[in-house]
Amino acid sequence: MTARIVVAGGSMGGLRAAEQLRAAGWTGAVTVVGDEPHMPYNRPPLSKEVLAGKAPFESLAFTPKAAAADVEWRLGTRVVSARLAERTVALDDGSPLFYDGLVVATGMRPRRLRCPGPLAGRHTVRTIADAQGLRDELTRPDVRVVVVGAGFIGCEVAATAVVLGVREVTVVDPLPLPMVGPLGELLGRALLKRHEERGVRFALGTGVAGFEGEDRVTGVVLSDGTVLPADVVVESVGSAANVEWLEGNDLDLSDGVLTCGQLRVGGRPEVVAVGDVARFPNARYDGVPRRVEHWSIPTDTARHAAKALVAHLAGTEAEFGPFAPLPTFWSDQHEFRLQSFGAPALGLDDVRVLDGDVEGDVLVGYHVGGRLVGVVALGGQAAAMGAARYRAQLLKQPALTA
Amino acid sequence: MKVVVDMNKCQDHGQCVFAAPDVFSMDETGHLLYVSDPDDALRDQVEEAADVCPLQAIRIEA
Repeated sequence: MTARIVVAGGSMGGLRAAEQLRAAGWTGAVTVVGDEPHMPYNRPPLSKEVLAGKAPFESLAFTPKAAAADVEWRLGTRVVSARLAERTVALDDGSPLFYDGLVVATGMRPRRLRCPGPLAGRHTVRTIADAQGLRDELTRPDVRVVVVGAGFIGCEVAATAVVLGVREVTVVDPLPLPMVGPLGELLGRALLKRHEERGVRFALGTGVAGFEGEDRVTGVVLSDGTVLPADVVVESVGSAANVEWLEGNDLDLSDGVLTCGQLRVGGRPEVVAVGDVARFPNARYDGVPRRVEHWSIPTDTARHAAKALVAHLAGTEAEFGPFAPLPTFWSDQHEFRLQSFGAPALGLDDVRVLDGDVEGDVLVGYHVGGRLVGVVALGGQAAAMGAARYRAQLLKQPALTA
Repeated sequence: MKVVVDMNKCQDHGQCVFAAPDVFSMDETGHLLYVSDPDDALRDQVEEAADVCPLQAIRIEA
């Protein structure tokens, strides 16, 4: 029987894994199992161009590489359980699937608020169906929008809502500034100002206690008792890892699936994890395992994990360097862009303006022990290019700890 | 090898320049320039550039 690698998860991480398995020389079967009915598509435009009505779904579809043309796609199907000791997973129709190698690529799902109130009128943004449903509501006349969560998706959706001409949009967050977790106070304040100048309102330092309304939401009750009238609510309060199917295999599933520095799972060389579900140590930094939800991570992890998996299955255990990607992320909000290289969140205690000033294009450096560990640009194209000039320096950084 | 960038999609992120500096570059105003018929020896670089393009605007034709 032909040897088979099963890829659990049919989004970007699953696609990149399938492609990289071929690139790493795997000639056996590859079966990708994905719960959405679509071939993998690019998600960042969902909170921006798709929501704004500027990009049709067809423009989001990834073009799989020719080398991966013979990959078997089982779409609209989920892996519901796994018995790693027997190298078997079960699909939601009850059928088992045996594997020689397994790639965990099941990703994340939006976390939901559990406070009381109606569900109708409350949205998340993760899938194309989510984005289309939200767009239908945001384009109704004169809607009042409350966005819960001032992170990447919340800030992007708020900016898009302004473009769509909603009556009002308010962003609620328990933290005192937008995106303060990944960016720190200096850029958090700059972002707040820019959003407010463009018509976004904020209710910061307060949580959500509940939702008003009978059949559908009509208001958001804040923890101090204030009620914000709302026709549409967007919940952008983080995500939860899709790892339940891996339970019962003695794995650390406390936040995604824990991997070693080669992205292997549970000490099993035939199981690897890719994408934002993988909690991996980055040898470039402190070696603490973390999940990373940046867009670049599925591609980075797939390259490394596929090599590690194919080397094991081929019996050629080559020497690998440790996995040490340089993180990068961006976010487009209104007409400005945030562009990051490195790990700014590790250097929040020592933040310095490297170029420009916060009123205009600004480049900010994040340091640990006096050494630059990350840069973030805020502004136009010139600012983003300024950040890129520090990329080579950040790549040369030795690991902070071995 | 033939490379095509959909300039309607491109938003000048520049990730391709890091992946394949022999093929992609930015002009002084931050706009993308590229070689449309790079040597086949650069295929790995160009494939990586196509992978890391946030807008998925890079196509490799043959």
